[in-house]
Amino acid sequence: MAVDVSAEVIANTRLSSDYNVLALAAPTIAAAAFPGQFVMLKSSPGLDPLLRRPFSIFEHLRDPDGAPTGISILNKRVGIGTSQLYTARPGDRIAVLGPLGRPFVPVHPPEEAWMVAGGVGLAPFATLAEELADRGTPMTLFYGARTAADLYYRDLFTEMGAHLVLATEDGSAGTHGRVTIALERELRALRPDHRVTIYACGPTPMMHAVAQLGAEYGRYVSVSLEPTMGCGMGGCYSCVVRVRIGDDTRFVRSCLDGPVFDASIVIWDALQVGH
Amino acid sequence: MADLSVRIGSVELANPVLAASGCFGYGVEYADSIDLARLGGVVVKGLFLGEREGHRPPRIVETPGGMLNAIGLQGIGVYRFVAEKLPELHRLGATVFVNICGSTIDEYCEVARVLSDAEGVAALELNISCPNIKEGGIQFGCSLTGTYDVVSAIRKVTALPIIPKLTPNVTDVASFARASEEAGADGISLVNTFLAMAIDVETRTPKLSNVMGGLSGPAIRPIAVRMVYECRQAVKLPILGMGGITNATDALEFIIAGATAVQIGTANFVTPLMWDDVIAGIDGYLDRHRIPSVNALIGALETSGYPS
Repeated sequence: MAVDVSAEVIANTRLSSDYNVLALAAPTIAAAAFPGQFVMLKSSPGLDPLLRRPFSIFEHLRDPDGAPTGISILNKRVGIGTSQLYTARPGDRIAVLGPLGRPFVPVHPPEEAWMVAGGVGLAPFATLAEELADRGTPMTLFYGARTAADLYYRDLFTEMGAHLVLATEDGSAGTHGRVTIALERELRALRPDHRVTIYACGPTPMMHAVAQLGAEYGRYVSVSLEPTMGCGMGGCYSCVVRVRIGDDTRFVRSCLDGPVFDASIVIWDALQVGH
Repeated sequence: MADLSVRIGSVELANPVLAASGCFGYGVEYADSIDLARLGGVVVKGLFLGEREGHRPPRIVETPGGMLNAIGLQGIGVYRFVAEKLPELHRLGATVFVNICGSTIDEYCEVARVLSDAEGVAALELNISCPNIKEGGIQFGCSLTGTYDVVSAIRKVTALPIIPKLTPNVTDVASFARASEEAGADGISLVNTFLAMAIDVETRTPKLSNVMGGLSGPAIRPIAVRMVYECRQAVKLPILGMGGITNATDALEFIIAGATAVQIGTANFVTPLMWDDVIAGIDGYLDRHRIPSVNALIGALETSGYPS
């Protein structure tokens, strides 16, 4: 069940001139959310922008006793709404609707989990890694960005026991180039009987490339898509993604049937690129 | 507590606040978060006889105080609706208005017949005004004889209340209200969206895959209020007013202009759990003004001393 909370901004941590992490006091949402689910945020109370924006839940925030206190979101400023979220101040109130959507299905050991993140696509993996760590599932985070300075929160994942494979477009950390180059190298080296499930979130071309690698190397890939959304609750039919169902293809709502999809059923050529 | 009940033809609504078609899915999507029985009614997404795929994305774009959409009436068709959604809506106690579409008069009539035979449909809203697809009824909604013909044909095949949803993309919307009344409609809904367009100047491409779309949201509210007011002068039929309503005050504006009930569409995307607040806000207003029934407020615009 989704709730709409007027959440106080607990903290706004600026990571760079574009990226920030907003901590929001929404304990009911934190308590109900599963990894990969999202929230719809109203960046300001006025009419411009009118609509909410979808965000993956980044962290579940807890008090020292472990009780849920809220969630955080990883934001990149690209437009008016995301700029308002970038400049939000502690004490501000932001409407948070959620939790929404279908979550990831975390795998159990001995199967391994490989998470592939590009930029803000890191967001859904912090809670997934927590779940995987609880299960004792071995995990690797393939993490790509423009430069080493854009690879945020690496410690968060290493502290949870994740093995990190980095890639940067300028070569300042890890593999020089796209994260999918590093992924393919590791896939090629994998023994066929070594069971691995891949989870991917990031720019659409990256997720498409991961889906292709998954198909080529016979590994299941689960992607978290983020098309333009109107309502997040199934009302508007604007966030549709074309998927294969049996011999047919059809548009399904990514807010209800996603945002997490089996990458092998997504018709990638029909997806909006760049949003 | 004022009396909030209103009547549209033979249907009595517990209150005058409905969820607008195309903005609330089939209603069941919201059942976990909203008690659908508390709404005056739920107008479900437009249905043809068969399934429809709709337009490819991008299907929406935001504009100042509003948004454009060109969904293209993606839908499951009337048969699947009756089998898969209607029983659930009925069980949940929703007052169900079904928005019906057709590419021909025969298709409208067949959809109307199927729904008339089903259990749990309160009324039919006739979509003769979708701006986004050529065969979505707009060919009927933009012509007075077309409006008359489709409404009178559907009138012959169903005993359910029929409510044409009018387009604002005409010169004189009141003449379409009159044509609907003469053809035997039980009420009219207005307005559907305003045909509009937005362009990405960097790429010099339309922001919607369909090039044009329908503008909705608070940006259109003053025009919609004016159109409801004009239609109130022209016909006796109950009017379901809509266009940019976000709260009780906005809803009251439409009721005072002449709407018997209101529908909320775009605001449902922004504040989907607002329904109790809107209904309570109307109730509180009536109490504050010592008006015992919302019916006394319909068309209660004070115009003495203003130019006629």
